[in-house]
Amino acid sequence: MSADASNAPLRTRSIGQPLARLDGRAKVTGAARYAWEHELADALYVYPVQAAIARGSVVSVDIEATRAVAGVVAVITHENAAKLQSDENKELWILQSAGIGFRGQFIGAVIAESLEIARHAADLVRVRYDEQLHDADFRSDRDDLYAPEKVNAGYPTDTAKGDAEAALRTAEVVVDQTYTTPMEHNNPMETHTTVAVWDDGHFTLYDSTQGAHSLRKTLAPLFGLDADAIRVIAPHIGGGFGSKGTAHAHDVLACLAAQAVPGRPVKLTLTRQQMFQLVGYRTPTIQRIRLGANRHGRLAAISHDVIEQTSRIKEFAEQTAVPTRIMYAAPNCRTTHRLVKLDVPVPSWMRAPGETPGMFALETAMDELAIACQLDPIELRVRNDAEKDPESGKPWSHRDLVGCLRKGARHFDWDRRNPAPRARLRDGWLVGTGVAAATYPRYRMPGSVAMIRYESDGRYVVRMGAVDIGTGTWTALTQIAADALDCPVGAIALDIGDTHFPNATVEGGSSGISSWGTAIVAAARAFRDKHGANPEVGSEASAASPDNPEEERFAMHSFGAHFAEVAVNAATGEVRVPRMLGVFSVGRIINPRTARSQFIGGMTMGLSMALHERSVMDARFGEVVTHDFAEYHIAAHADVEDIDAIWLDESDPHSNAMGSRGIGEIGIVGVAAAIGNAVWHATGIRVRDLPITPDNLLA
Amino acid sequence: MDALHIAINGVAHDLKGVDARTTLLDLLRDRLHLTGSKKGCDHGQCGACTVLVNGRRINACLSLALTHEGDAIITIEGLAQGDTLHPLQAAFIEHDGFQCGYCTPGQICSAIGMLDEVRRGQPSHVSGDGEHVELDDAEIREGMSGNLCRCGAYVNIVAAIRDVARQAPES
Repeated sequence: MSADASNAPLRTRSIGQPLARLDGRAKVTGAARYAWEHELADALYVYPVQAAIARGSVVSVDIEATRAVAGVVAVITHENAAKLQSDENKELWILQSAGIGFRGQFIGAVIAESLEIARHAADLVRVRYDEQLHDADFRSDRDDLYAPEKVNAGYPTDTAKGDAEAALRTAEVVVDQTYTTPMEHNNPMETHTTVAVWDDGHFTLYDSTQGAHSLRKTLAPLFGLDADAIRVIAPHIGGGFGSKGTAHAHDVLACLAAQAVPGRPVKLTLTRQQMFQLVGYRTPTIQRIRLGANRHGRLAAISHDVIEQTSRIKEFAEQTAVPTRIMYAAPNCRTTHRLVKLDVPVPSWMRAPGETPGMFALETAMDELAIACQLDPIELRVRNDAEKDPESGKPWSHRDLVGCLRKGARHFDWDRRNPAPRARLRDGWLVGTGVAAATYPRYRMPGSVAMIRYESDGRYVVRMGAVDIGTGTWTALTQIAADALDCPVGAIALDIGDTHFPNATVEGGSSGISSWGTAIVAAARAFRDKHGANPEVGSEASAASPDNPEEERFAMHSFGAHFAEVAVNAATGEVRVPRMLGVFSVGRIINPRTARSQFIGGMTMGLSMALHERSVMDARFGEVVTHDFAEYHIAAHADVEDIDAIWLDESDPHSNAMGSRGIGEIGIVGVAAAIGNAVWHATGIRVRDLPITPDNLLA
Repeated sequence: MDALHIAINGVAHDLKGVDARTTLLDLLRDRLHLTGSKKGCDHGQCGACTVLVNGRRINACLSLALTHEGDAIITIEGLAQGDTLHPLQAAFIEHDGFQCGYCTPGQICSAIGMLDEVRRGQPSHVSGDGEHVELDDAEIREGMSGNLCRCGAYVNIVAAIRDVARQAPES
């Protein structure tokens, strides 16, 4: 079958229905098994030993007192741990040398008969260090900023179109401001967990991962194994938001511990505090945005310069200015990314890496430009809407940012807004509204394979090693399979969450449905081609996610608009968000019930980013000091009032057979700007540094 | 001293060799394999471990198992009657009051405890004069704020609790 035929539109019947989560009963009854919870006989418990300095090396480790504790089975350090076969990824290269790259890095582990014993005994390990001067000071005026070869997801580090500097010099209106976002931590509710068994040259891992297959592909070369020698089991994952998208050091530590006690399961879960050091975070950013426009608000130039941090042991370059390249029509556009390497934990993916901090800056600057031009902020965005991709010049597969803005304006009663700031006082609360745009690329990762078999009970078993981190994969893939096989959802038995099933790519970049769903559609079409509408019991077919030549012809991005109403206490500066609305243009919605949850979930995380979240790095110690939920506040019930999400009724035939473009990230993108813009409208105070805390508003 | 008699979901357990350091949460999860109660922070800051002890909600991670001699514990596994879900469990599915599901057992147990507190007239920070506690959305949110949800399902969780509270007969 040709690639084009594989991507032909699906006739949708189950797709589009608000099916309740198929894993719902298991989750509300406590029956769903997360990584820690699989019943395994004779399990041992692992508790890590961590570096207490930010840079230097281990001189000696005294484990005498540890070994003397009854119930301790083994202690591993760099002196006795199994040797890893690849040092390509230094984040994972643990217990291999005496060197220390950041405070909290693993330097050992205790394996014991109970969690209590392991933790107590780990506390008795005495380590002497050779401490070297560390540097964890993130500032824009450093002289050691450098340009990485590329930024995350393979984008160019810098871009330049036209002559932005010249256009800025002659522009009638210029906005030139610096915006900052702090270090932020993903904090999925399930702490990162690996339960490992090493038996006869094979690992079995029960892991909280966004990619069962990608995890084993990362780990296999480290241990000198074929990927097939590692089985990863992950039927339910308690959130991830990017931090479970790549292997982290705890995966390796659990495997090293398992090799120290062959045949016995070892259980490792990080504490919440350890998660602030060991499973990635969003880099802090310092972003200078310059917008040049004529007095009617038509952009002549956009310039976006980003400074962010990475760790000395491994580079991660957040693609913060990337959305700026495609967002608005401006003849002149330049973007840059500069990094500083510090002795800090390794940054990584956090929900919409790049877009989330970048669009806070751009969309706040756009609000400032609207004010400078005395234009409604929606009208400003409409005037600068891009008919084709400003970066590549390609046509959009579909872009309806204007539709999102207009629909949201109607639902949010935007037209009755008085544009004057600090104009509404209600019972001691200053009230304002704000808007911001959202965007996120449509990604599809190649390589996913689905297998379909017809069973004697009249059902089609559909297998692939995909995962459900809470996004609704169990339900959405079942709906896609039902339509692909032209049968009811009850005739589908989906199997996911295990590398025993065919390869599936990582749940990241909002790519799950595009990557996995297309494989299921291809397998279903192959199945019908081979076996017809009335297959014999036991008939099987497999197929991979097909290439899509449309990806070369079109620029594929989703868009959205966020509206927020805030109330700022005139006496205390407390910010409340009584109302938020998101409107999205994301192609076809597979399941309206679970899709709405993803959107409002992203918006809730965006509210949290706007008002609460800040990880504080104490540069004197290289330590994240706000390392629990008391000090790193994430939005709680009391912070959230009325949040709703709606979408445009559309399908993107160029994206894939389902017409979808992915929805997991876009809900968070732009939210902080919408709230910040509403805070300006309420108070007349522009806050350019997140989070927006009361001290900023007591003017 | 390391023996414990405890009833969990109506089943009596006579346990021996309970480590004095073991929390109620770890006892449930690791000794009794009742893994519905979740560990999200182990510090009483997230609420994922919420269970009902003699009818009151507590954070099982903050409570040592041996302090529960003679107590009756209800966990998420004890709420459904056979195939019939507790009304809150059904409402959470209907309103999609979760995504990853990891905070869900704690949210549901906490909601049962919170609704009982309101029924008994216990006021909260947002209860006005405290004389009469009205179960409006603000009261639900305040009462549930010890249960964090990183997927951001709060709007749907409140809708689920509101639904059940309205249907439930006053008792």
